[in-house]
Amino acid sequence: MDERTLDAIIARHDAPAGRLLGILGEIQNQEGYVSRETLEMLSEKVGVRISQLYGLATFYSYFTLRPVGDHVITICMGTACHVKGAVAILEALEGLLGIKSDVTDDGKLSITTIDRKFTVEIARCFGACSMAPVLRIDGNLYGYATPEDLPGILGEYGWKP
Amino acid sequence: MRIVSAADMEKVSRSGLRKIRPEKPRIAVGLATCGIAVGGMRVYDRIKEIIGEENPDIELARVGCIGYCREEPLVNITIPGKPLVILHRVTPGDAEEIVRAVEKGEVPVEKALCRIPLWDHITGCTQEYGAGFDGIPRYEDVPFFSHQKKVILRNSGLINPEQIDEYIAIGGYAAALKALSGMAPEAIIDEVEKSGLRGRGGAGFPTGLKWRIARNAEGDRKFVICNADEGDPGAYMNRNEMESDPHMVLEGMLIGAYAIGVSEGLIYIRAEYPLAIRRLQTAIGQAREYGLLGKDIFGTGFSFDIGIATGAGAFVCGESTALVASIEGRTGRPHPRPPRLTDPGGGLFGYPTDLNNVESWCNIPVIISKGSEWYAGIGAKGNSGTKVFSLVGKVDRVGLVEVPLGTSLNTIVFTIGNGGAGNKKVKAVQTGGPSGGCIPARLFDTPVDYESLNRIGSIMGSGGIVVMDEDTDMVDIARYFINFAASESCGKCVPCREGLKHTLLILNKILAKKATKKDLEILSDLTETIVATSLCGLGQTAPNPVLTTLAYFRDEYDALVNP
Repeated sequence: MDERTLDAIIARHDAPAGRLLGILGEIQNQEGYVSRETLEMLSEKVGVRISQLYGLATFYSYFTLRPVGDHVITICMGTACHVKGAVAILEALEGLLGIKSDVTDDGKLSITTIDRKFTVEIARCFGACSMAPVLRIDGNLYGYATPEDLPGILGEYGWKP
Repeated sequence: MRIVSAADMEKVSRSGLRKIRPEKPRIAVGLATCGIAVGGMRVYDRIKEIIGEENPDIELARVGCIGYCREEPLVNITIPGKPLVILHRVTPGDAEEIVRAVEKGEVPVEKALCRIPLWDHITGCTQEYGAGFDGIPRYEDVPFFSHQKKVILRNSGLINPEQIDEYIAIGGYAAALKALSGMAPEAIIDEVEKSGLRGRGGAGFPTGLKWRIARNAEGDRKFVICNADEGDPGAYMNRNEMESDPHMVLEGMLIGAYAIGVSEGLIYIRAEYPLAIRRLQTAIGQAREYGLLGKDIFGTGFSFDIGIATGAGAFVCGESTALVASIEGRTGRPHPRPPRLTDPGGGLFGYPTDLNNVESWCNIPVIISKGSEWYAGIGAKGNSGTKVFSLVGKVDRVGLVEVPLGTSLNTIVFTIGNGGAGNKKVKAVQTGGPSGGCIPARLFDTPVDYESLNRIGSIMGSGGIVVMDEDTDMVDIARYFINFAASESCGKCVPCREGLKHTLLILNKILAKKATKKDLEILSDLTETIVATSLCGLGQTAPNPVLTTLAYFRDEYDALVNP
């Protein structure tokens, strides 16, 4: 993230309450992940030790430290999604994208395809439980998902079998 | 304009009313997160394309969600003098037919879910829409709605959440005006105490008592916080309350702040709810513009403003001391209480702080406007009022259900929810999220109130009810929740950090059919130890899904273990 963008984000969060998480959240939203360089820059600008910022970025599940692909697919793992087959969705997705889920060093699931087109992540709950199972690609929610729907949905984002 | 008197309010109210019930037909599309996800925005865009940007004959509007999620996208049609009609499962392909019908003063009857001739918004306004369309079922005859009592969701899906004057038109901010200009702070706390309102975040602590403690706390600076982190997977009522009727939350906080004597408020909301955040920001901006937040509200000299702090996905931040740490920019790790948030030194930045859940705040305006006696008349003894539940999972009619406390699980799951989806047999429900338990179908005559749910090993929690059917593997469900709790444990205390990890290992072993009866004994001992010795609510309640499945579905465990 370039310095000016970061400065603008910091300027938007001038109230002390919720400041650090608010800034980190905007970085995550804009970049798709929180890079070490951005954390170092932020640390200097707000006068908070990088160890504390790293602690926040790893403690809260909203942040990822690894760069992501062109499209981020997030599978909801909430209770309603779980009982309605979220695990089958994740497995089908792994099959289609040729990846295997594993837990990253910060304890979060985030896998990116070799061609860096797609990143697969899981979420605790979107609060869209009524249309479980749900997945989200780049901010668009897809409800009532089935493994059979996936090729069509991925196709909208340039995936080819 | 600034609102300082009842006359100003009346003026704004009239302009809002003209939006809700214009002199021309109004088409309003339900656009909360769930409605958008199933195509509501495409429906809205298509209708806009057909009727054009500005149409002299038809008004196009956005509303929130009435809660019947299975039937979305929902579209309301209001034709002057006729009942409001809700259309269901609308697609962009239906738009043309809808617009043509509305142009003729009609509605596409085959797409109609129900009609509403008259709607009581409770806080001082009843909309008499009109008569006609007799072939369409009435709202109260739709089985999903007929056993519900909408108090919190009284405006959801009927008003535009991005227009403050629509909220004011149906009686909004009248309770705040009444409270700030005519009631002493203590009298408001008395009313809330007499109403019997208990915390809707799940613990059920009396709200009025909490306010009194916060008011009496020593300190020249204090905070009120609205907990909108809604971290329970399977629960989304708070999201809908904020997306569909954000001013109700703000009004509740305003009244509470005045009663406690606080000028600074915060809403702590999870980053996973971008639409709710946006609508709250819009609502706060409009409230400031009208002088309902900021300095000298209603000309009373009382000042109060609300900021937004975003959470970042940590279940443990539902714990009050962890939540405060998170707002202060630290990792959300709880500390032992006391000091409580209301104690000097214990709250946000060390100042006494009152923390209530979104839905607790939502209850306040109606209590002030209708009075504690009216409110206490709803629900059961010691459990007054209604509660919104998210009825999800393997149930036929999925959606948000608002019923008086004390309503039985049978009514919720079978009468309102119509039992299992696809005619499957319902086996259990899980209430209260990862801190709650699994309740077998044979106990569905249990009234849903704080104490009854505790008695059978579960909790009310924030109101998620996840239905499980004959195909659901209960041991897998227990594993699911323990996996969740183990990864959400903050790691501070050993029982929770290590105990949950080992609970998970044992459950994995059981599911891999490699466990013995001895492992079940260890599982039971271990989980009871975690309950007894953990530092905060997360650890103390995390074993509940295991304890209840062991108690009620022991046969499923036995079938998986070797002797």
